[in-house]
Amino acid sequence: MSELLSYDEALERFDPALGLEVHVELNTASKMFCGCPTEFGAEPNTQTCPTCLGLPGSMPVVNEIAVESAIRIGLALNCEIAEWCRFARKNYFYPDMPKNFQTSQYDEPIAFNGWTDVVVEGPEGPQTVRVDIERAHMEEDTGKSLHVGGATGRIHGADYSLVDYNRAGIPLIEIVTRPILGTREIVPLVAKAYVAQLRDLLLGLGVSDVRMEQGSLRCDVNLSLAPRDDGSESDNTGRHSLGTRTETKNVNSLRSVERAVRYEVQRHAAVLTSGRPILQETRHWHEDTGITTSGREKSDAEDYRYFPEPDLVPVAPDKEWVERLRASLPEPPHERRARLQAEWGFSDLDMRDTVGAGALGLVEATIAAGATPQAARKWWLGELARRANETETDISALGVTPAHVARVQALVDEGAINDKLARQVFDGLVAGEGTPDEIVAARGLAIVSDEGALSAAVDNAIAANPDVADKIRDGKVAAAGALIGAVMKEMKGQADAARVRELVLEKLT
Amino acid sequence: MPETPSISREELAHLATLARIDLSDAELDHLAPQLSVILESVASISDVADDDIPPTSHALPLTNVFRADVVVPGLTAEEALSGAPEQEGQRFKVPRILGDEQ
Repeated sequence: MSELLSYDEALERFDPALGLEVHVELNTASKMFCGCPTEFGAEPNTQTCPTCLGLPGSMPVVNEIAVESAIRIGLALNCEIAEWCRFARKNYFYPDMPKNFQTSQYDEPIAFNGWTDVVVEGPEGPQTVRVDIERAHMEEDTGKSLHVGGATGRIHGADYSLVDYNRAGIPLIEIVTRPILGTREIVPLVAKAYVAQLRDLLLGLGVSDVRMEQGSLRCDVNLSLAPRDDGSESDNTGRHSLGTRTETKNVNSLRSVERAVRYEVQRHAAVLTSGRPILQETRHWHEDTGITTSGREKSDAEDYRYFPEPDLVPVAPDKEWVERLRASLPEPPHERRARLQAEWGFSDLDMRDTVGAGALGLVEATIAAGATPQAARKWWLGELARRANETETDISALGVTPAHVARVQALVDEGAINDKLARQVFDGLVAGEGTPDEIVAARGLAIVSDEGALSAAVDNAIAANPDVADKIRDGKVAAAGALIGAVMKEMKGQADAARVRELVLEKLT
Repeated sequence: MPETPSISREELAHLATLARIDLSDAELDHLAPQLSVILESVASISDVADDDIPPTSHALPLTNVFRADVVVPGLTAEEALSGAPEQEGQRFKVPRILGDEQ
């Protein structure tokens, strides 16, 4: 494990510069350059054709919807759209691309010069940080390699590799920020907030499933440190001299983005403080241990020998097309947040917690599925955010959907279960036991509405607690709580507490 | 006249590394001048292409050639793997890979 400097000390000495590269798999039906399907989880090598296998004589043709999605993403990030651009071959020899090159874009990205504003909780309250977007370009995803042998399943030490080309050729958009400077101690939060916002924005556009746990949104974290400016003059100009950066690949959850940035700040600071140089390299993020380890030395762009793809013609979106796509955009994130807060009647604090938990879209979808804003907030920010924290999982990856939450609340409203039983339903949902109704049935969670059984339980409780019963007979109604508790215990929580109270009072007063 | 392109022995050695081709010293000495001659021959196109001929990556002046986002049946796994020297678990089996994913 690398040596680390404490986070506070790292920031006393250095200014971090952050850059994020996000790869988004589009949710088109077919691949970028051929008609193969793009479904996740198919049997290996069942979604290929001569084009995506790079067989001789095959010719690529661009997927029109993928281009439209790329333009819409660019517009949603306030980018300019290229009037004319080309694809390029990125040449490298690695079996995840059977063609020995990846079809990408190089110096002519379809979208460039954009920005998006993210809001994070700074030391002095909410703070808006503008993230400048350098470019968003079109490319294709690579195949998936399985490394066999060796201790870790990673490349190093593997005896051989097995490749599945189902993913090769799925449309991918790479979104690259400019260096984000001057955010100091909140830099990990900015990274997380940016990726969360991008996820929500892409969901809103409907261009990707953005399932980080399935790899349809993947994040590379670039980080460097520069000695801290002592003059305040250059602090706001952005004209910092940047230190050597490292690129941490495949940081694939919101929580990991925050942790990886924090870790690299501390690691860089320790290396630099000891007088050693930072190597320009890619690093691997280890989700389980929360550390990064050295990968390969970063190739120079010229090593990829990019050249324009001769098998594809240029893409030249005319103004009318771009404007039509612009008109199809959903509202921008900050406007959406303001509108939802007003619609839901959330306090600033509620809203901040919702956005901070990465649950804005989840709460919105839960309300759309029929729950009240209060109920949606209660379950997502109370019960589910707690579970996500405890299990160190992204809240969207718990296995609980907005439709589930709405149904659980409906069951509570119908009186079929109470809040305590609802928590057990969430246990079942997280464990993958089926729908809320199936879990209620399978676990026998429904509230007992059999009056005979309830009445008998109340009688038992009175018999077992004669002192309490006497108090209630004497008019001390507040003592009823002890009897209600005893009844609920006997009923294993599966009773309506309000009805139990009525029965207790009926029998004793 | 454009600058005469040539490729140095060091550049060739670097290219060979990138291409995973193992070249001996004798081969580097032999191939570097040959590649330079090939580059020079291709560069002679610049002599006839004047400013009125823009550089192009495609023979036809076309743009926006697209396909609809429609799934077309491709190969079965058996067909896809039929050219693979080795396979295992319905996947292409390849030698231990040095280097890294992209």
